[in-house]
Amino acid sequence: MKLTVNGEERSADVVDHESLLTVLRERLGLPGSKNACEQGECGSCSVFLDGELVCACLVLGAATEGRTVETVEGLSHDDELSPVQRAFVEAGAVQCGFCTPGLIVAAHALLRENPEPSDYEVREALSGNICRCTGYGKILEAVQRSSAAMYRR
Amino acid sequence: MSIAPVRRRVRGGVGESFERPDAVPKVKGEFRYGSDLNREGMLFGATLRSPHPHARIAGIDVAAAKRLPGVKAVITAAELPTRQRFGLMKLDQPVLASGRVRYVGEPVAIVAADTAEAARVAAKAIDVRYELLPAITDPIAALQPGATPLHKPGNVIEEVRVVHGDPDARADIVIEGEYALGMQDQAALGPEAGLAYPRADGGVELHVATQWLHEDLRQIAPCLGLPESKVRLVLAGVGGAFGAREDVTLQIHACLLALATKRPVRMTYGREESFYGHVHRHPAALFYAHGATKQGRLVFVRATIVLDGGAYASSSPAVVANAACFGAGPYRVPNARIHAVGAYTNNPPTGAMRGFGAVQSCFAYEAQMDKLATKLGIDPVELRERNAVRNGDAIVTNQAVEGSAPVAEIVRRCADLPMPESDIPSDPIALPGGAGNLTVGEGVRRGVGFAAGFKNVCYSHGFDDFATARVRLLRDERGPMVRVHTAAAEVGQGVVAVCAQIARTELGVERVEIDPPDTTIGSAGSSSASRQTWMTGGAVLAACREVKAELLSRARVAGRSPDDLPGLLGEPIDRTVTHRHRDTQPRNEDTQNNGHVAFLFAAHRAVVDVDVETGLVKVVQIATAQDVGKAINPLAVIGQIEGGIAQGLGLAVMEEVQLQDGHVRNASFTDYLLPTTLDMPPVVVDLIEHPHPDAPYGAKGVGEPPTISSTPAIVAAIRDATGRELNRVPVRPDDIVFDVPYRSGWRISPGDDPRRASRT
Repeated sequence: MKLTVNGEERSADVVDHESLLTVLRERLGLPGSKNACEQGECGSCSVFLDGELVCACLVLGAATEGRTVETVEGLSHDDELSPVQRAFVEAGAVQCGFCTPGLIVAAHALLRENPEPSDYEVREALSGNICRCTGYGKILEAVQRSSAAMYRR
Repeated sequence: MSIAPVRRRVRGGVGESFERPDAVPKVKGEFRYGSDLNREGMLFGATLRSPHPHARIAGIDVAAAKRLPGVKAVITAAELPTRQRFGLMKLDQPVLASGRVRYVGEPVAIVAADTAEAARVAAKAIDVRYELLPAITDPIAALQPGATPLHKPGNVIEEVRVVHGDPDARADIVIEGEYALGMQDQAALGPEAGLAYPRADGGVELHVATQWLHEDLRQIAPCLGLPESKVRLVLAGVGGAFGAREDVTLQIHACLLALATKRPVRMTYGREESFYGHVHRHPAALFYAHGATKQGRLVFVRATIVLDGGAYASSSPAVVANAACFGAGPYRVPNARIHAVGAYTNNPPTGAMRGFGAVQSCFAYEAQMDKLATKLGIDPVELRERNAVRNGDAIVTNQAVEGSAPVAEIVRRCADLPMPESDIPSDPIALPGGAGNLTVGEGVRRGVGFAAGFKNVCYSHGFDDFATARVRLLRDERGPMVRVHTAAAEVGQGVVAVCAQIARTELGVERVEIDPPDTTIGSAGSSSASRQTWMTGGAVLAACREVKAELLSRARVAGRSPDDLPGLLGEPIDRTVTHRHRDTQPRNEDTQNNGHVAFLFAAHRAVVDVDVETGLVKVVQIATAQDVGKAINPLAVIGQIEGGIAQGLGLAVMEEVQLQDGHVRNASFTDYLLPTTLDMPPVVVDLIEHPHPDAPYGAKGVGEPPTISSTPAIVAAIRDATGRELNRVPVRPDDIVFDVPYRSGWRISPGDDPRRASRT
């Protein structure tokens, strides 16, 4: 199958029933999206599919033929972090980091749609992403910081 | 030796909220966790597990599995080298079950195949004939005379008695209570994962997500029939731990498969398998009596604590000891009798989880303190302040608390933190249940609860606890730099940042690199017991000071300024130091001695809204005061505190591994509920820094106290809102709506031996 990942045309040999997450992680060498629950509960595998936020573990790999996927690996360019990534680093929103790629993608999704979210809107938007380390306080702060950095200043 | 300070001041030293060295690769998705590892020619491992809580294995037929396409190895107990058992504290756990299975999920066979799917299919194709045996799933029943012994010496894993002062003392006011905690899962997001590959010398190398590389090595090597020198471990990225990675899970299996196939083998548990594959927090039954004077002075505490250790010991002996030692709380208690027992059952094994025994007893003694306050008509905060342990006071193990014991201070400062600005909200989305609450809030009541707790830092009771660090000061084409090598497991807590910040402060060099942890250097001990800042931090500090002494000596000899690093570092300075904390005493008969290094204290206040008609709870705010000694990285300390509170909130109102006849009923994140952004309230933190004289910069360790007293504070708040007894966590909506307190069905007089229980 062929698909566009992070702006590049990619092709992969895919088993019929494999998820998009398996395709990314095991076939395309992009393990940034994480596998933590396998059933769309934790958001660790969040990616953009044709611009829409999805859990890659719930998407059939074969169904993404010809479509466009953007993963956490596509959000930074060489040493330049996106404002969301930079804010996560500076706000102390990263501990073990396993949930971080999914949260970074989900935060981008929120801010693309709603550049100035309220505290409640951030909580609502990220409620599908489980973090077991931080208690979320620093993550919420990071999203507000990046929102300011991206859109308000 | 006194050493003049290096004058250079650099960014990112001790006391600064500086970015952690692994943050950038983690936000970019470049950090490699155990489940991300790959190697040329890699096979995939899978595990066949017991579907029964207790059964005899009558036979295993692997012929069909071996014939399946892509299968490269099938291993059962029959193929194992000489040592067939492992365990952190007792060698009681089979590498692969032989003859008998004792819990649902016990590994019976392992498979390596070309693909993960082929390995799973082959594992399923193994034919195991079981003859079912009756399962013992009630730990108190397991302790009674005549219960079937699940292991040779019987069903007592460990028994700890604390006898202090006059254990039969009498008091004006006596209150009793029975309490219980369900089984909590650590639920680290990163699944158990590792990659093993054979080495040319006949040995094996294992890259694994773990909490303690050297302890894994100690357990793994004999089970492979190899000397430790032929087994090398390297830390893979760890996606959270919280105690669940103290035990060996897939380590031995992955190595066995790699050695058998002479190929690299990766094993990764899925979420369901993870629930079966690692130990959980001990469920507990606690029977308490508190005696006090009419003026509100504690006279005695008597308690019987039974912890369900499940099928194998894991770290149960130490968890039992902690539950007993800290079982009277951070209070002056002149007289006590505490009897704690860990029991073998046919439930999944339990072991380490953040708070480690102190969580269980804190839930009970803090509920007792509230009951006592009510009975005496004293404010619960005032009662705690009045009885708070002060510097030099002994706890019930007769150990005086030295260094800092600001219990009255944390209690008062926590109580004085600002309350939430708003009253019960009018916006239904902010009510308990959020969008799922179909009421308009007519049944919502607000409550406030309070709790304090404590536990030990570092290992206790005579354990030889040490950490090794190698520090190199050198220069390369970019200038001077420091390399720090330890075996300390970075599990998310930020020990890499602590090590880097200490090195910057001590050596005045900003560029610090942390080498990958492995077993080529001495042990750092476990990332457990809130100990890595104290121990590995202490080792890095000591090594840096030796490096600095050499630097100053070179400067003297060369007649140069010690700041002239380019001139002084023609040869790198390289020092390796092993750091030990002061000795602790082994436990004695009545547990009356100096068994612990030092103590960590925190207090929590919870504000909750409870819908008394639906039983739904919304935690509105948590306030906390914690004595951390010294915050090496304040931002990271607050992150630990908030994260620990989230786990305490989970235990209070949502998290439980639900067991039915030894079977886990909710082994998924769909059914095991974890706090999300909508469940976690704002946290108000008052960091108290009273440096401990024995700790590096006074930094005592941070990780566990937030999880200890947050749970009882939240439940106290729900009691305040509802008037319900709520003597078991997690509190379920039914407990609030129907008000049926939990009863174990056993009558045990607090302080008595639980082996003499009678049915109610």
